[in-house]
Amino acid sequence: MKELSLHVLDIVQNSIAADANLITIRIVEKITTDRLVIEIADNGRGMDNEMVQKIKDPFVTGRKIRKVGLGIPLLHKACTRCGGDMVIESELGKGTKILCWFIYSHIDRAPLGNMIDTILTIIMTNPEIDIVYTHNYEGKEIQLDTREIKKIMGEVPINQPQVLSWMKEYLKESFNSLYGGANI
Amino acid sequence: MKSIKDLEEIRKRTLDTINLRKDQSGIRIVVGMATCGIAAGARPVLLSIMEEIEKNGLSDVIVAQTGCIGLCKLEPIVEVYKPGEEKVTYVKMNPSKAKRIINEHVMKGKIIQEYTVGAEEK
Repeated sequence: MKELSLHVLDIVQNSIAADANLITIRIVEKITTDRLVIEIADNGRGMDNEMVQKIKDPFVTGRKIRKVGLGIPLLHKACTRCGGDMVIESELGKGTKILCWFIYSHIDRAPLGNMIDTILTIIMTNPEIDIVYTHNYEGKEIQLDTREIKKIMGEVPINQPQVLSWMKEYLKESFNSLYGGANI
Repeated sequence: MKSIKDLEEIRKRTLDTINLRKDQSGIRIVVGMATCGIAAGARPVLLSIMEEIEKNGLSDVIVAQTGCIGLCKLEPIVEVYKPGEEKVTYVKMNPSKAKRIINEHVMKGKIIQEYTVGAEEK
């Protein structure tokens, strides 16, 4: 994938397929330690141990487990070729957590890309799923929690165009303050 | 700065229009959002569809996502379902092609044959 944010969008599809109704996405950019961390956790149906062991292998996945495909192997490869790695924790009936990290300055690391578009895309087509998105840059943090937005919106669906454009502007402003005023 | 207060305002403004919108056109647009679709550019396609829908006030059109349809090399794929009509599958989409689909097919009922899977496989 050209952007890591596209990997995030892709991995979240697994959570959606696993019937999660709460997905937390956490990005940590730590320039001082040269690390980029992406963590995606859901409360979906989870996997057993055997499946967790096999899932990074693109050739083990088959038709009967169709919800999993190349998504994880591709992200895993993206991590390992940038001096990072991926850890998957999962429990049946509880959910799955995917943690991956990269050497921030590695020449092969794809740019994080447009996280705003990724978050909006997820919310747009899955208004019933709650998303908690946290982005930490050098210790400064921004957050978008759809549960808080839903509390205010009541019966108005959060994928209404006006609400989506509010979220887009909100995230844009948050990112500007996060990166110290530089436009993204 | 955007604040939570703005959301209260949006809620008040949209509540009325939501109640008015009981008559659904039943048009559904489905975008393939599996690994293949995302890698091929489904995200900008979906966002441009939403943008065009908002611009033209087509609030009764439903946009949804689906997994891998099995035609990975033809992604991004967009399917248009209109009640009483056969499903139309558009392949190798990009944001500007997707806009044309909204303007011509969804709004005027004119299928863009050259973008369909049928035209691609000839």
